[in-house]
Amino acid sequence: MKINRKLFPYVLTLPALLVCVGILIPFFTAVYYSLQRYNLKMPHMKGFIWFDNYVNIFTDPSFWNTIKVSLTYTFFTIIIELLLGLGIALLLAKRNWLNNTLGVLLVLPLMIAPALASLIWRLLINPNFGVVNYLLSFIGLDGFTWASHPNTVLFTLIMVDVWVFTPFIMILLLAGLRSLPRQPFEAAELDGVPEYYKFFRITLPMLFPFILTASLFRLLESIQQFDIIYALSQGGPGESSMVFQVSAYLQTFQYTNIGKAAAMMVVLWAICYFLCHVFVQQWHKLKIKTKGELLQ
Amino acid sequence: MTINIWSILKFFAYVAIIMFFLFPIAWVFNMSFMTNDEILRKVPALFYEPTLKNYVALWEGELAIEGFATMYIFFKQNLINSAILSVGSVSVTLLLGVPAAYAFARYKFKGGEDIAFTLLSFRFAPALLIILPLNLYFSKIGLYDSYFALIWVYQLITLPLLLWIVRGYFEDISPDIEYAYRLDGHSWFQSFWRISIPLAKPGIAAASLLCFIYAWNNFVFALILGSSQIQPVTVGALAFITASAIPYGLIACGIVVSVLPTLILALFIQKYLVQGLSLGAIKG
Repeated sequence: MKINRKLFPYVLTLPALLVCVGILIPFFTAVYYSLQRYNLKMPHMKGFIWFDNYVNIFTDPSFWNTIKVSLTYTFFTIIIELLLGLGIALLLAKRNWLNNTLGVLLVLPLMIAPALASLIWRLLINPNFGVVNYLLSFIGLDGFTWASHPNTVLFTLIMVDVWVFTPFIMILLLAGLRSLPRQPFEAAELDGVPEYYKFFRITLPMLFPFILTASLFRLLESIQQFDIIYALSQGGPGESSMVFQVSAYLQTFQYTNIGKAAAMMVVLWAICYFLCHVFVQQWHKLKIKTKGELLQ
Repeated sequence: MTINIWSILKFFAYVAIIMFFLFPIAWVFNMSFMTNDEILRKVPALFYEPTLKNYVALWEGELAIEGFATMYIFFKQNLINSAILSVGSVSVTLLLGVPAAYAFARYKFKGGEDIAFTLLSFRFAPALLIILPLNLYFSKIGLYDSYFALIWVYQLITLPLLLWIVRGYFEDISPDIEYAYRLDGHSWFQSFWRISIPLAKPGIAAASLLCFIYAWNNFVFALILGSSQIQPVTVGALAFITASAIPYGLIACGIVVSVLPTLILALFIQKYLVQGLSLGAIKG
């Protein structure tokens, strides 16, 4: 049996495509739900209402709170992870046994499921026996409220996110740093250029594509973070840590308001789709860049 | 003098990094060998008699509390579920993903890039958007709470991951080797099986291990699409910690057992990790 040459690549991708379609169907269903009045508790009320759900969520102060909390969470996790990741990568850039060992060990938090990472931290900051509380009491920080107070819950969540995902940025930037060409640094050395100038004018610009790729990756994940927050605070206390996905989850399973939850998710999806496009462009650029450098 | 200040600062930076990133793992590991009394001490115990009681209880599924009833622990089933779901997902991903990755690498075909992009965008789509309707569908057609359905949904994360990593490996293989082999009278499938796959093997192996880690670490799919009968350790551990009266050492022990497989695998794929995490964009 001979398969048409033109059709052949499609045959190879067909199984993957079928899964694709299986996922596209629920996606379009969700978009369809978002245009309906659909509450599981009131099935007879179900009906097409166009964009009422969207109008509804955008006039709802608690959705604006969700947006605010999500953006705050995303902003701080990315800034902190980027600075910390870059700092650690610079610290570990030189190859020696200590740096190599640490480079391996520091990846471990990233390999732990985010939900489990939250549980680890819950054991460490437990008000009754948490060892972190004990250690903090030495520097006079007694009874820090962590996830139990609206003022500190976001800090706690961001800390766990930083713990899990800083290694991600670190490992990508470390690979970037170690792949930079030597010549510009040697030339700067010969000219006696000061250290900070070398960093801002040579290292940072050359590292920029790596930084951008790593932060886009993180941006896409951070704005949708569910596991860490659900396992640690479930959006509470009150609505102080209510992010997009946790909010949609509660909207579905607590208030059974499928239409509203779907509308929220479509809004989040639109944000992510835009970011994903930027991401793929960047991905292609970086790939060309790293391959080009390998050819030199 | 300035050099001295720098090295002191550097020393403190190292200590701070190790404390923040590694101490939590070490301490939970430590806690898993403690009894509840030892954990609840005002001053954390550094010197104590380590006990394997928690591990035994976890394995046997029951724990006798003195002056209390026997407690049944469901955690072993969670571990088995995690193994079934992860191995199942990776197998399906390999079957679906490797030929597709080859097609994307070798052939320029109409819509190819679009399909590849669509698959990648699933990796970054909000999980709940897709799971919520699926939850309703699955309940209707009786697929709710089945390994099959969950493994299918797991493809959302594992398939794009494998596809985009392995694609890069196939792109690095020169097509000439395959052509030469096929000129000898071998079929396409023979050249794919005997030449292309063996050459891309390190990439495929690394990608499947990474897929395994991601599948193992997934939380939200099983939380929504499965009952406690088929839920993996990530969801099981949360139920564990919120249930009352379970000794803290046992919780720590459950967490240790749940994270150990991925930590060990991570050490194996160290060399490929950068490439895998950046979907092939950065060579480690």
